[in-house]
Amino acid sequence: MSVDRDTLARRAEIAAALRRILPACSVIDDPVALAPYESDALTAYRQPPMLVALPSSTAEVAAVLAYCHAKNVKVVPRGAGTSLSGGAIGLADGVTLGLAKLNRILQIDLENRCVVAQPGVTNLAISDAVAASGFYYAPDPSSQLACTIGGNVAENSGGVHCLKYGLTTNNVLGAEVVLMTGEIVRLGGAYLDPDGYDLLGTMVGSEGLLGVVTEVTVRILPKPANVRAMLIGFPTIEAAGECVARVIAQGIIPAGMEMMDRACVHAAENFVHAGYPLDVEALLIAELDGPVVEIDRGIERIESIARNLGATCCYISNSEEERLKFWAGRKAAFPAVACIAPDYYCMDGTIPRRRLPAVLNRIAQMSKQYGLQVVNVFHAGDGNLHPLILFDANNPGELETAERFGDAILKLCVEMGGVLTGEHGVGIEKRDLMPVMFSETDLDQQMRLKCAFDGKHLLNPGKVFPNLKRCAELGRMHVHHGRMRFPDLPRF
Amino acid sequence: MVECAFPICLVSDMTDFSPASAEEIAEIVKVAATNREPLEILGNGTKRGIGRPMSMPHRLSTARLDGIVLYEPEELILSVKAGTPLSQVEALLAEHNQHLAFEPPNWGNQTIGGVVAAGYSGPRRIHAGAIRDHLLGFTAINGRGEIFKAGGRVVKNVTGYDLSKLMAGSFGTLAVLSDVTLKVLPKPESRTTLFRRGQSAHDGIKLLNKALGLPFEMTGAAWTPDFNGTSLTALRLEGFADSVADRAVALTRILDVEIGDAEFDTFWDQIREVAPLQPASVLWRISVPPSRGAEILDILPGADAIADWGGGLIWLGMADEGDCGASALRTAVKETGGHATLIRASDECRLRIAPFQSQTTAHFALTKRVKESFDPLHILNPGRMYANL
Repeated sequence: MSVDRDTLARRAEIAAALRRILPACSVIDDPVALAPYESDALTAYRQPPMLVALPSSTAEVAAVLAYCHAKNVKVVPRGAGTSLSGGAIGLADGVTLGLAKLNRILQIDLENRCVVAQPGVTNLAISDAVAASGFYYAPDPSSQLACTIGGNVAENSGGVHCLKYGLTTNNVLGAEVVLMTGEIVRLGGAYLDPDGYDLLGTMVGSEGLLGVVTEVTVRILPKPANVRAMLIGFPTIEAAGECVARVIAQGIIPAGMEMMDRACVHAAENFVHAGYPLDVEALLIAELDGPVVEIDRGIERIESIARNLGATCCYISNSEEERLKFWAGRKAAFPAVACIAPDYYCMDGTIPRRRLPAVLNRIAQMSKQYGLQVVNVFHAGDGNLHPLILFDANNPGELETAERFGDAILKLCVEMGGVLTGEHGVGIEKRDLMPVMFSETDLDQQMRLKCAFDGKHLLNPGKVFPNLKRCAELGRMHVHHGRMRFPDLPRF
Repeated sequence: MVECAFPICLVSDMTDFSPASAEEIAEIVKVAATNREPLEILGNGTKRGIGRPMSMPHRLSTARLDGIVLYEPEELILSVKAGTPLSQVEALLAEHNQHLAFEPPNWGNQTIGGVVAAGYSGPRRIHAGAIRDHLLGFTAINGRGEIFKAGGRVVKNVTGYDLSKLMAGSFGTLAVLSDVTLKVLPKPESRTTLFRRGQSAHDGIKLLNKALGLPFEMTGAAWTPDFNGTSLTALRLEGFADSVADRAVALTRILDVEIGDAEFDTFWDQIREVAPLQPASVLWRISVPPSRGAEILDILPGADAIADWGGGLIWLGMADEGDCGASALRTAVKETGGHATLIRASDECRLRIAPFQSQTTAHFALTKRVKESFDPLHILNPGRMYANL
């Protein structure tokens, strides 16, 4: 996107105006202090914002947005900056709106099993706040210690437990949203189903392009009485993939079902010494929760399915310590991979479960073709792949090769009946691939929705859409010249 | 038949369109848009009584878009054309021991498109989610006569805006659905009902919410004033047979409830269909925080009521008189949080009071812009949900 020189020329004026809206210390314009905002967790891309504003209330958020709307200044909302798709990367001519100061839990309503939190509260802090009462918040992205609930809403974050408990969208009941104009809209609350159109459902996963969430009501669940995990090794990827498909098809929905390929198992084992078997081609972790009988029955059935498919080992956790050990390697998979290669690029496609072996074989072929090694780790239960492409950014051209390889993997996911991104978002990373999945008409309809929320395209522009068309152009009606193509349509 | 040439022509006769493909729908909508002549969008028309009464010059039914596009039981997904009857979908799923977990009310010969457009879910919604949570993707025709799709055929998908959420419950005012892809789930192999008789609504709802705060994964929590002669507070457990049995016994130790027998087999279907209130000439559907449900029952003492979702969903049936209870209910709901929707009443009543609750100025302005982003000329079901929309 080209930088708006006019806005840049007004930088000092905009900073001064923001300092009239916010306490002076809540506006950052010093280049050194702006540096932490230059990227998110997709660190291959960097762009320091023109300015950073750090409001601490809904009123301040509304005032900043209203000002920017009036003055045509672009705004990038930001939580903890843990996006893996570049959703929170700054704009050279835009204000990054950091929501970290809105960090209070406003209400814990155990009777109605929900929590009202400001957007800067971390995902884990919500579970911590209700843990003593026996509740928790189910979606658990691996960044949950750092990532914020506002960011979770923007990205529709998942996690290992979303197989059974759903993504953010299935666990959010309400939100207070500030539109780019500064108008405040409350959607939903401590009750189910929307009043009118499900605008809240549309806000979730909209990657900060539709509005700024200043308050979220999430559903909390009673903590399961017991949790046990299984560690199952397979001699082939095919057998492991088939095991996942059969478990799900039989009606067993484990709390989580994760798979790692041989390369990943080795990397993880070397890193944390979790006791993983090294002589397997695929390792499956299945977690079951609930009453003891429920878990026992699930374990019996999964073990039987796995044995029939030639599983070479099947361990069942007998203590909380052992369960955490099973998970240790999986949870450390990304840092473990970082130890075996200078850089890695994490992909996030979803495919129909039964396509798992076929897709993995194709990725292995591509790995040879592109000359870069791949390590595979995935949320197998819902077909969400995270191939990690290993490369060395110091070698000229290797990042570009990794990106091309990544694009090829995502195109393969779509070809196999899947989608470009399962939980990381489109951001800037997959923006240019959107036409692989959507026609121009499909994208036009989505952009028109964007226009309904943000008619000037000031909120997080440059993300999600490869070519964000102007609203006036999108609004034009093409008059129907011809006659009906189906003159013999039957009537009833 | 419509014989139209640019720039405009008027179609004076009332026309009922029954297209058999998305392309045919698109053509009809294009012509309607060119002529600025609105269309009433229907499946089989079983829910025409919901919302504001319509008197459109033309009707477009999707009933002929009928058939299964793709069913992969092992992937737990089903793609069907919008006009496929719900009963056909449920029969097909039952052959594979699967079901639509959101338990849509089975009101007459509904099409699946109509079920999605209305967005109503049954007792299991508290556990399995609503239809919005099971609609993975769709193809539809917007008010410009363009065929577009959104979502996909996998559960975990954040590619582009989640337009499926918008389609569920939009009553055909945004787009005409032609295909929907749904997440399906295996039927639980066993179920049981825990119950207590003779409780007031207040005590019953209190009991239900105490139960829902326990880690026993209840898939139903309802109260009704009359089941076989007494009021009934009921909880449903589903899953593996021995797990259900085990959880049922454990719950009887914590709560003052009994384990039910076959007598209760029909109970949950009755709640799902809102069967006890079917004779009422006025029917309200009220969503509130569960702990506030009992307060709603006190508002109109003469009304018949049932409470589902642990008190979070109140159905009220009453006689068609005065303002049908609208002002009292909406005042109460403002206090508790939530919304009250008029599901059934005379045309006259549905014109007099707004069936869908009014929204704040900023919220409604956004609703209107969203409507116009799909249907700029207000061709599709205009006025169905709100006057001027």
